[in-house]
Amino acid sequence: MMYIIAAVLIWVAGWWLNVRLANGATSDRMAVKFMIPAIFGLTIVIVWELLVRGFEVNPVILPAPSSVLLRLVDEGPILWADFRQTILKGAVSGYVIGTVAAFVVAIIADRSDFLTRGILPVGSFMAALPIVGTAPIFVKWLGSDWESKAAVVAVMVFFPILVNTVAGLKDTSGMQRDLMRTYAAGYWQTLFKLRLPSAAPFIFNGLKIGTTLALIGAIVAEFFGSPTVGMGFRISTSFGQLALDMVWAEIVVAALAGSAFYGAMTWMEKRVTFWHPSQR
Amino acid sequence: MKSVLPVLTVIAAILGIWLLAVIPMNMHLVADQAQRDGAVVQPETPAARQGLSGAALAVRNPALIPLTYSFKRPRLPSPQQVAGEMYETIFAKKITSKRSLVYHGWVTLAPTLLGFAIGTGLGILLAVGIVYSRVMDRSVMPWAIVSQTIPILALAPMVIVVMGSMGIQGLFPKSLIAAYLSFFPVVVGMVKGLRSPSAMQLDLLRTYNATGSQGFWTLRLPASAPYLFASLKIGVSASLVGTIVAELPTGARAGFGARMLVGDQYGQPLVSWAALFAAALTAAALVGLFSAIERITLRRMGMAAA
Repeated sequence: MMYIIAAVLIWVAGWWLNVRLANGATSDRMAVKFMIPAIFGLTIVIVWELLVRGFEVNPVILPAPSSVLLRLVDEGPILWADFRQTILKGAVSGYVIGTVAAFVVAIIADRSDFLTRGILPVGSFMAALPIVGTAPIFVKWLGSDWESKAAVVAVMVFFPILVNTVAGLKDTSGMQRDLMRTYAAGYWQTLFKLRLPSAAPFIFNGLKIGTTLALIGAIVAEFFGSPTVGMGFRISTSFGQLALDMVWAEIVVAALAGSAFYGAMTWMEKRVTFWHPSQR
Repeated sequence: MKSVLPVLTVIAAILGIWLLAVIPMNMHLVADQAQRDGAVVQPETPAARQGLSGAALAVRNPALIPLTYSFKRPRLPSPQQVAGEMYETIFAKKITSKRSLVYHGWVTLAPTLLGFAIGTGLGILLAVGIVYSRVMDRSVMPWAIVSQTIPILALAPMVIVVMGSMGIQGLFPKSLIAAYLSFFPVVVGMVKGLRSPSAMQLDLLRTYNATGSQGFWTLRLPASAPYLFASLKIGVSASLVGTIVAELPTGARAGFGARMLVGDQYGQPLVSWAALFAAALTAAALVGLFSAIERITLRRMGMAAA
């Protein structure tokens, strides 16, 4: 009972603090903008912990944050090995392959207006499909190690990046292209100096969509067969052992990896498209 | 209309690549089978064939090439085999049959639509809260954005099992995942949409002495419609993907995801491929439906996109 009362009190206190901060005079400062969601997140975690203790929730259903944290610290080497197998080998290599392939196809398609008009609708249609369902097929073809995961990831990220790149390459005005022509610039010069830079905001949009897809593909594909290491493998086996705190620890790792991956792309976008209105 | 021909060309190219790929992908299996049936195959031992690529094997045994397209358990089925299986399981079976894809499609579609409706409803509510409450904007919005970078879909099967162990089964666990996946795109899109009226338009309403709720119903909500539809299209396909993934490794007995897995485990690749394509068609139909609603609604509202 004590825990539940404490949970309610902390929730009210956290909310009150945020109301004060958000409506206060300093609410537009960078630090405060960062603090408010941090307080909100922390409040939720504490309330979760207290409620799990207060209601004595079975850890098979919902583990307490503290036991998840304990797992994160204790099982560090295992989590690191899983991270390497799934994220570094599976997701990142597939992401790179898919991106390069999408780029090559986009630049080829871009040379002909006919192909562009064909690839845009087909590509955006494919991007909406449940491509992750091909995971069992790829596992069968390429074996259970990271190659099959990379293949699933490559196909998943291919279409959003392709569509965005093709759309981005069309995003120059006739005036700009005429200017390049008056400079006597050839096709490749125009591509590298004008069209790829102005396509960059679109390309990064596709790359950012791809980051989450890459992690999903790599983890889900492991459910269909994997060596005895990997985040998807660990999630499904820990689940079989009813070690839900381990499952949640992997979720935390996946969440951190996903945010870091996305953050890295956003950082690159800022560096590359500093000239774009949305970045100024 | 003028993009019909290019689209058809691209589709034809994809089909062509597929047709070509069928030969080398299935050649080894076909050669083994042909030898067992008494045909003469070059080279003669399976071990020697293993060393060759599928294409090289096809060049040495041109007579076997047609067989790769009708092989019973292929590594890569040919398009006509998949189409045949789909016709068989969609039209030729009774809808109530356990082998009918229409039946499995409904098992997947029902939780998708229910979850999508729940997720959209809650998403719109939260978006209204975020637009009107500064505290919610500042504390929830960053998490809504961060949550989109988290591969939560990978956990869908676990959610199903946890709910199952709590005694909740059937439609609801799958709809929960579908709801979660459509929730955040709708929140982010609606917040953008509700904020899309310019300061000038808001000021105009103020000079009319409009109340807050009048401002909401006559300006903010209509202005958000294009954003809402863009989010709905993303959300509905995300919901469908979520339901299918939720069905995949959880031992679900029915649904597209279950069909894909059954075909995979019992060596019936045609079943997997037919389910995969049926799922793709369903996703396309859902997105197409919302595009049509979008076009009609926006035209009626006088916002027809050029």
